[in-house]
Amino acid sequence: MTRTESDILVIGGGLHGLSVALQLLRAGRSVTILEESWVGRHASGASAAGVRTMFRPVSELPVSVEAAGMWHRIEDLVGDTCGFHANGQLRVAERDTDLISLENRVRETRSAGFKHEEMIDRQTLRRLAPAIAPHCVGALYVCTDGAADPHRTLRAFRVAVLAAGGLICEGTSVTGADHNDTGWKLLCGDRIFRAPVVVNAAGAWAGKIAAMLGDDIPLGVKASMMMVTERVAPFLDPVVSAVGRTLSFKQSEQGTLVIGGGLQGRADVEAQRSFVDFERLARGARAATELFPAVRNIRIVRTWAGIEATTSDHQPVIGASTRSPGVFHVFGFSGHGFQLVPVTGLILRDLIIDTKTSRQIASFAPDRLGVRSAA
Amino acid sequence: MSDHVDLIIIGAGPAGMSAAIAASRQGLSIVVLDEQARPGGQIWRNVEQRRDGALSTVLGRDYAAGAELVDRFRACPADYRAEASVWHIDEGQGTGGGKVFYLKDHQARVLEGRCILLATGAQERPPAFPGWTLPGVMGIGAAQVTLKSGGQIPDGPVWIAGCGPLAYLYAMQLRRAGGTIAGFLDTTPPGRLLPNFFAFLQAMLFQPAPMLKGVAWQLALRCTVPWVPHVAALTADGGDRLKTLTYTTTGGKPVTVEAAHLLVHEGIVPGTHPTLMLGCEQAWSDAQDCFAPKLDEWGETSLPGIFVAGDAGGIAGAQAARLRGELAAVAIMRRLKPSAVAERDAVKRLRSRLSRIIAGRAFLDRYFRPREAACLPPDDTVICRCEGVTAAQIRALTTNGLGDPNMVKAFTRAGMGPCQGRQCGYGVARLTAEITGTHAATVGLYRARPPLKPITLGELAVLDKQRTEA
Amino acid sequence: MFRKIAQPAQGVTVEVDGTPVRASLGETVADLLLRQTEVGFGVNAASGRVRAPYCMMGVCFECLVEIDGRDSQACLMPVREGMRITRRMGRPEVAA
Repeated sequence: MTRTESDILVIGGGLHGLSVALQLLRAGRSVTILEESWVGRHASGASAAGVRTMFRPVSELPVSVEAAGMWHRIEDLVGDTCGFHANGQLRVAERDTDLISLENRVRETRSAGFKHEEMIDRQTLRRLAPAIAPHCVGALYVCTDGAADPHRTLRAFRVAVLAAGGLICEGTSVTGADHNDTGWKLLCGDRIFRAPVVVNAAGAWAGKIAAMLGDDIPLGVKASMMMVTERVAPFLDPVVSAVGRTLSFKQSEQGTLVIGGGLQGRADVEAQRSFVDFERLARGARAATELFPAVRNIRIVRTWAGIEATTSDHQPVIGASTRSPGVFHVFGFSGHGFQLVPVTGLILRDLIIDTKTSRQIASFAPDRLGVRSAA
Repeated sequence: MSDHVDLIIIGAGPAGMSAAIAASRQGLSIVVLDEQARPGGQIWRNVEQRRDGALSTVLGRDYAAGAELVDRFRACPADYRAEASVWHIDEGQGTGGGKVFYLKDHQARVLEGRCILLATGAQERPPAFPGWTLPGVMGIGAAQVTLKSGGQIPDGPVWIAGCGPLAYLYAMQLRRAGGTIAGFLDTTPPGRLLPNFFAFLQAMLFQPAPMLKGVAWQLALRCTVPWVPHVAALTADGGDRLKTLTYTTTGGKPVTVEAAHLLVHEGIVPGTHPTLMLGCEQAWSDAQDCFAPKLDEWGETSLPGIFVAGDAGGIAGAQAARLRGELAAVAIMRRLKPSAVAERDAVKRLRSRLSRIIAGRAFLDRYFRPREAACLPPDDTVICRCEGVTAAQIRALTTNGLGDPNMVKAFTRAGMGPCQGRQCGYGVARLTAEITGTHAATVGLYRARPPLKPITLGELAVLDKQRTEA
Repeated sequence: MFRKIAQPAQGVTVEVDGTPVRASLGETVADLLLRQTEVGFGVNAASGRVRAPYCMMGVCFECLVEIDGRDSQACLMPVREGMRITRRMGRPEVAA
């Protein structure tokens, strides 16, 4: 027997949905998560799990820096380290002109009051990443950033939600929504779930869900490709990206190299399928081998593309609907939402329980993307 | 960088070679890509080099007969590229055919075809049991491959455990080659003959020669080697290699014996990795206890212009593979060259020969269907060899009520190693079904992620189109 | 672990872990390694257990060895004169 009445219904069992559910449960609310397939099936499970404040848009930095603090104590939140290691993030400069653009970036963040980013020289870069190609001249560095294990993180959040009394309905697809005086009624095939509050955390499908809930939010779809290699002996601690390259390169705890950065494959959102375009992915392989020549003969064993929503300004949608009562949106992380996971739970908890938050989220307002008339 | 042809055939076994010979008669441009160094597939591996001599006698007449097809294949105008490892196929997105990415001489290459024929064959059904990862334990098919390509047999007494025609055939070949069989642990469950007696008669009627041969092998073996019927469970032990094995017969007590070589076999299943990766619809075959791509009567998959022939489309053996290869070639010719009409009579003959073979197959499928327990091993069994994931770990996860192999993969790493789930796919499907009270048919196999075969970062980097000088 | 049933006429010389070894023309690297006295083709990258081929037809990847500097499935690779074969007893190293 499934409980059908809750205080809050969360649509989407990705990491953001789980994080929101967890905070609301801990605040004493009853929460039901409706997940179309299974927890973490799409973007969350396909993520490179970078925990990065470095080089984010300045508008995201206040919440991102708070999230970073939470990652350093993630065990307190979910009872597991999530495989997080603060081994740093590097943005490598290959030319002197790259150094100048990075220095400008540091000036920009410093003037906004953030001091976590620093410039490092060639020698320090070589010490942090001994296998880096000799032509690299320096880097931007955040020593407190790092990376986690996406599946371990999913598992930890899932277990924490269940332990806090949350209900996760997997294989439950929302097919319709209705609102009246008592709140929302969500149809899932022949099942009905009711709650006064609905959180839309449906990732690539959030636009469709928003429409059901009376909001029309223009969203694009990303299918960021990733590749992972065979296990190799440990040789790299920090996560590495590079100026002017679509690349994110790290070595996981298992020893595999996880290479992404946002090269786009093809998504079929309706069919929930994504496709890898190898002629484009080749660019990532080339970037990896040019920055780390010694990985040339390491074998790629698996590639994939995760489907995720993207917005026109590449910043997420976080906030209450201005049209539909009791509707809250949290999606559209545009390929860099993993690090924000712990903090989105707090933001939504504040918005839902206190109707306001002290955090700076104005640039994530759902309205900014040009909400058209309600359906 | 990418060139275009009418037809790309992947695999140079009986199905691929037959299709190439038939389709090239009509003047289609054909490229045949094969992973091995020589044509023949697994069934006729190395047959060109084994035309005569001691090995030819050991392997028997059916093996030697493959040389004739290989000769005709070599002589046909199809462009045959050996040691070409296909690592990705991009379907043409509804336009038919697609792009095939392969490695040859460590170079990544791309080839576009208006039609693609997958003749990629079968693999042994991996029968996970405790200790099956120890050196010294091997598939019977694997032992037969090294007999064909290396002309070698295990050094010392061999335990054979399993059921099915290949187990008997190899045992006979091993004896002819001067090998010693320590014992034959027959895993065919008791009481299989009576309920399948009609199918037995049907097989005798349609396929008398191979059936009689099979019966003769079994009788010969039963009379001459230690024979243990109705073996229900198996465990292999040893430190770094096999030292002892323990078997239990139905209703019997465990027996432990010394063993240096254990060869196992529970039948073969279609290699579904390429069709799974492409997203071709799959169907569960209850008769063969496995998945196979859904095919029309010509072998076309749910994707236009992508065909499957031979055991990759369902197990039916080498003779059927030849016929299915020819049938696929007819359909492909009609598609690409409507002017070249194939004779109706020829197609009719192919179909009637094929249906006789398939009618004879039913008995083998039923009689040698692996016992249920072979698919549901005890907790301490390694299911995913690459990542060392045990049945217990998979059961523990699926007890949470989850029933998707892809989720098992995400949370246990089963299927994430170099073999990409080829060895543990069925094991995970079965265990998931067991726990969630469903059937492997509903649970399904993992999604197959590209690349089909590992490719190095350096090899892939070369495909970057915007590459300037290195 | 394995033995030839007849001595082949033509042979090649390859190097296995630095030692010259005779192999017969037409066989694969996996065939050759199955006749070596040491057990195993290397160790599993995840668990470290000694591994040896299970399928011999390109499916199981238990026969991975380094051939002329590249990881290859030994069961698919014919022996060639002068080939250098290395069994890997740990994970591949990425040289700095």
